[in-house]
Amino acid sequence: MTQTAVTEPTGTPPSAGVKHRGVGDRSLTFDVIAHVLLILWSLLVVLPLLWVFVSSFKTTQEVLGSPLTLPHHLNLNNYATAWNDSGVGPAFINSVIVVGFSLVIVMVLGAMCSYVLARFRFFGNRFIYYLMLAGLTFPVFLAIVPLFSILKNFGLLNTLAGLVVTYVAFALPFTVFFLHAFFKRLPYDVYEAAQVDGAGEWRTFFQVMLPMARPGLASVAIFNFLGLWNQFLLPTVLKPDNSVLTQAMAQFQSQAGYAVDFGALFAAVVITVAPVLVVYIIFQRQLRGSVVAGAVK
Amino acid sequence: MSSSASTTSTGRPARPAGRGRRKRLTFDRVSFFAVFLGVPLVIFLVFVVSPFVQAIYYSLTDWNGFSATMNFVGAGNFVKLFQDDTFLLSLRNSVILGLVVPFVTIVLALALACVVTIGGSGTGAVRGLRRSSLYRVVSFFPYAVPAVVIGIIWAQIYDPSRGILNAVLTSLGFQRAENYPWLGDSRTAMAATIFVIVWSFVGFYMVLFIAGIRGIDPEIFESARLDGASRVRTAWSLVVPLIRDNVQTAYIYLGIASLDSFVYMAAMNPDGGPQNSTLVMSQDLYITAFTKGQFGYATSMGVMLAVVTLVFAALVFIINGVTGGRDKEGRR
Repeated sequence: MTQTAVTEPTGTPPSAGVKHRGVGDRSLTFDVIAHVLLILWSLLVVLPLLWVFVSSFKTTQEVLGSPLTLPHHLNLNNYATAWNDSGVGPAFINSVIVVGFSLVIVMVLGAMCSYVLARFRFFGNRFIYYLMLAGLTFPVFLAIVPLFSILKNFGLLNTLAGLVVTYVAFALPFTVFFLHAFFKRLPYDVYEAAQVDGAGEWRTFFQVMLPMARPGLASVAIFNFLGLWNQFLLPTVLKPDNSVLTQAMAQFQSQAGYAVDFGALFAAVVITVAPVLVVYIIFQRQLRGSVVAGAVK
Repeated sequence: MSSSASTTSTGRPARPAGRGRRKRLTFDRVSFFAVFLGVPLVIFLVFVVSPFVQAIYYSLTDWNGFSATMNFVGAGNFVKLFQDDTFLLSLRNSVILGLVVPFVTIVLALALACVVTIGGSGTGAVRGLRRSSLYRVVSFFPYAVPAVVIGIIWAQIYDPSRGILNAVLTSLGFQRAENYPWLGDSRTAMAATIFVIVWSFVGFYMVLFIAGIRGIDPEIFESARLDGASRVRTAWSLVVPLIRDNVQTAYIYLGIASLDSFVYMAAMNPDGGPQNSTLVMSQDLYITAFTKGQFGYATSMGVMLAVVTLVFAALVFIINGVTGGRDKEGRR
């Protein structure tokens, strides 16, 4: 049992009297098994993505030839084809516009609504809150058919504006639910002080309360961004001309069966995935921090 | 302003929650409530609540989505649903997804989370496996990839001739894998699909569970160690009971997501798969509404989907309650 120090890769000072029944030896075996398991899972996650990335530089002949070989040379033709000819480029820009507008609007409206619900007592407060919660749990599919005709009646069907309004509406319950808990925890005396200083409700919110809620806003914004960026069902039904990135991808794939430009399909996948993945790697600490905040809450 | 103020008449007696001092109704306060509560609420009511309510009415009619008239058929649509073999098949497939996907995902995510958190040093405080942050970063990748793109990627991987899966398997000597259509054979289509959905969820829930386990009082682990509990034992008898509320939440979210699964199917098997072996309720609903134009009938499928979802959530709560959930002891 003297080699416990070796079996502790963590390098913690061996505190006396804790070594019971060969824990040290088991620790090493456990660590090895643990790393093997985690490496296997990581490979399972990374290899498919890596394969797509490598294949995106292959010509269609090479893709059809052998899935395992590397591309002969680094050609970027696939990327040009994917961006220009397949509609992925314009769809990418549309997605940025729709998600950008929706995100700003839903964050502002969601913050306002959750602030009022969390900080003011009035008749119907709980009812509105629970109604929002119910909106969070019901399957979107139940709403999809009536939603189609509602947008048609407003003349918003097949418009980007219609998509923005729907995105805002369906992201609102989550935003309110999450921020509600956040605003509730903010101190009351700051609010009182602002009021005493003569700030109205509007100024108190925008200049005092909202800045204090910044960490919570950042977390929710990240979740909302990913949720809206990945949205597929709502645009498929409400904007059927394949103008948003996820739709363009699905459309491209179903076309690829006939046009057989698989190299470009892989390139389109990389175009779709890479920006978000790069941003994730840069901000991964904050993002996982948000998950933690959501879990511990 | 009087018209907009009427939408928030409920907001009038408002006062700060902490101190009960009633304030005068100034323009500032009235406009504040009208905008802050009124605008989000109107959007929410028009685009979220009203479609749900309308859906329940439409499900009782034979509306085709375009005509101005519709006939009230009562429970007729629901009777028809239970005689519709395609729908019953899609119901069965959705229920399979709702049972298998959350279970497999949670077991895997929990196992990986335990390995990360209660691995590491044999003595001293439980501080988790070293050099494990890279695994967490990598496992989280699929969460940043749109579900439809995940479907596309795996459809390429599973492809009989140019997919990498068969290429790897044949080079390892499994000759039967040559040109085997994973998604095109009714024996493997569902399992292959389930694998992809699980693949996309595990990383997120792993991170969620790690957060949950980190929230447990470390002294509990310490005393378990002093009592000579093995790591597997610690994971099963300590960790699982202490984060069961996280597990319950995860189960419900995963259940809702996998009962839907429309996106994955749309990317991997848009037509329901071989012999409809991967057709799910959401797909059947979509086809019925937007291809066949039977809006009334389609919404009754939506109601069924909602009912199945609610039953699922209720079951999760009941099972968690019966097996002794809601035990907050030992949480920090």
